[in-house]
Amino acid sequence: MRIFQNRKARNLLAICGFLILCSLSQAAKIGELTDTNWQEQAIEFWTMQQPSVRMAVVGTTLIGLCCGILGSFLVVRKLSLLGDTLSHAVLPGVAAGFLWNASKDPWAIFIGATAAGILGVALVGWIRSTTHLKEDSAMGMVLAGFYGLGITMTTMIQNMAMGNKSGLDKFFFGQASAFNEGDIQLLAIISIITIAILLFFYKEFLTISFDAGFAKGSGMPAKVLHYALMALLAFAVVVSLQAVGVVLVSALLITPAAAAFLLTDRMHWMLILAATFGMLSGVLGAFISYLSNDLPTGPFIVLGATFIFLLAIYLGPRHGILPKALRRRKQRKRIALENTLKAIFHLCERSDFERRVFELNELSRERNISLRQTEREVANLAKAGMASRQSKDSPLEMSAQGRFKLTSSGWLRACEIVRNHRLWELYLTNAAHYRVDHVHDDAEEIEHLLGEHIVKRIEERLQNPITDPHGRLIPSREQVTV
Amino acid sequence: MATPVISTGQSSKVFVPLEIHDLTVAYSKRPVLYGIDLEVPQGSMVGVVGPNGAGKSTLIRAIMDLLPVASGWIQVFGKPFKKSVTRVGYVPQRESVDWDFPVNALDVVLMGRYGRLGPLRRPSKIDKEIAMACLEKVKMHPYATRQISNLSGGQQQRVFLARALAQESDLYLMDEPFAGVDAATEAAIIEILRDLQNQGKTLIVVHHDLTTAPDYFDRILLLNMRVVAFGLTKDVFTFENLQTAYGGRLSILSEVALSRAQKKLEGDTHENISE
Repeated sequence: MRIFQNRKARNLLAICGFLILCSLSQAAKIGELTDTNWQEQAIEFWTMQQPSVRMAVVGTTLIGLCCGILGSFLVVRKLSLLGDTLSHAVLPGVAAGFLWNASKDPWAIFIGATAAGILGVALVGWIRSTTHLKEDSAMGMVLAGFYGLGITMTTMIQNMAMGNKSGLDKFFFGQASAFNEGDIQLLAIISIITIAILLFFYKEFLTISFDAGFAKGSGMPAKVLHYALMALLAFAVVVSLQAVGVVLVSALLITPAAAAFLLTDRMHWMLILAATFGMLSGVLGAFISYLSNDLPTGPFIVLGATFIFLLAIYLGPRHGILPKALRRRKQRKRIALENTLKAIFHLCERSDFERRVFELNELSRERNISLRQTEREVANLAKAGMASRQSKDSPLEMSAQGRFKLTSSGWLRACEIVRNHRLWELYLTNAAHYRVDHVHDDAEEIEHLLGEHIVKRIEERLQNPITDPHGRLIPSREQVTV
Repeated sequence: MATPVISTGQSSKVFVPLEIHDLTVAYSKRPVLYGIDLEVPQGSMVGVVGPNGAGKSTLIRAIMDLLPVASGWIQVFGKPFKKSVTRVGYVPQRESVDWDFPVNALDVVLMGRYGRLGPLRRPSKIDKEIAMACLEKVKMHPYATRQISNLSGGQQQRVFLARALAQESDLYLMDEPFAGVDAATEAAIIEILRDLQNQGKTLIVVHHDLTTAPDYFDRILLLNMRVVAFGLTKDVFTFENLQTAYGGRLSILSEVALSRAQKKLEGDTHENISE
């Protein structure tokens, strides 16, 4: 998960997201150009009068739910590739199930696919335990091998002279409108089993995912739980195939869970969020693909999930890029304001605290910023009620001679900042034995961060000092009332 | 809570917390532990000391039944480990888990209660109170709701210790609980361990630092694939034994550390130690 903290990776993701959005709008245009009217289709979708629409919505929602929950466990256990392996490994099973009675009987396909998926996962475990190959190599090989076999088998079926072989190609990219009642029943059963098992054994799955050794040492059957999770995953993958397709079902396992991981620090919230995101992207994908007859469902479900993931990266309250940038901006603004106050204090100090009113150009020189910036700073101070303008000119026309003074609250804050700065310098020299010429830069940063509590402790430690290491007065609390 | 079966003569069979008989553990045919015989008496605090690759962690993991045993047997309170599960507490190495995992400190400590609860039962309010009390014992209660990656290494180690305390066991197995921990935390942890020992619990602690080992533990297990020596610290912690355990790898640094530690012990042993 470190990747999300990497700026480069985030930028790359942002570009990907942009491209996805472009392709989405492109896709909508294709819908417009064909003879189906996408607005009518949209109304038809949301009114849900057609049973096929209802089934597609229920189906994709349940798929999103199952995949979101189970995928969360893959993500926190760093087994994301296992979802990929599983989804590709089921393909030969799908083909075999199809061959069983040469039709799209959901149960035959379900049994074949689940068996193939579990076989694939078991094979990964076997390769890992008998050779010294690592898990990722084993997963990569099993994934490709099973997928190759699956494609060979489905191609053979396509070339065979058989009656109803339509629908098999749906397993590659998915088509939610292909759901029938049997599929929905199967999905509902799998969803209920998944949720029930995870609810009943939540604490076991949690412990085993976090610390398998400890879980085993507490008497939890680690192997049984692991394979139970794998079986549930195989079920979920198999029932998702029709809607999402073999290639993209792993994305539905990982992406909503990854988005949830970014937004929360607690496992149960991650599960709830991942399930919600999965369901949302399911419905979204079903809706977009319904707009035109020739749009596959799977890619749109996955794009929906990816879109949610991008939102999570950018808007997540704690780790999101945008809130972080906003927080940083706010802090920069505060620091600039405090530096201005400090500069005004210095001006005042230089006049032996005689002068109270200052000109903009003085401040501009003291602060070492342009006149324009100085104007803005003073305007900000005025807005915060810390300064008042003395000239009659309107704020926009404030000239270099524009005059202003600090209000009592501004003066209070200015003294506080200077006190922080000088106290910290004194603390570094006296208590931490820094050299006097080393302390200024450090204090420049710390002055904005010291809280009231720490300041009091420093004062106590230094026995309420009067002057800083450079011999200047430290403004005391009492002196503030000017 | 069940108290360890300790009979002083009347009963014919005395079950010690840990008995190991002729244990051999191998990784892909290369033996890591070889012919280990061990009998740890109740209420002792054993430091497991030995060079890198001596099989210290392997021993702990073998006792916990986390590794296949090539030959020999291990009994915990007179039974196979699986049947004494609730009487054993465990502190694994800190690096063994992913600290980015979405749980907070209290969640982790609560996991210590799950073994007692058994399947299908949710932790009760009492379990949560016990977990919180354990966090308090290691002085981590102000951080109960912190996500665990936001804790320092020493704090993470203390959370692991609190989880083991929450297990309320009679035998504790700890794999380097002092690794990456500052001196103050180390002192705090050792105090908690002594407290456990005073309650009659048995502790087996993998330890790396030869200088502190004789201060911390009343018994030492010197390990290097086999048991070099096991017994009371003053009998085991001798130059000859350490030389055997560390072989040629006993660097000057550890020699100096050793002689310093030995001088501390001199009062008890009256042994003449070469410098």
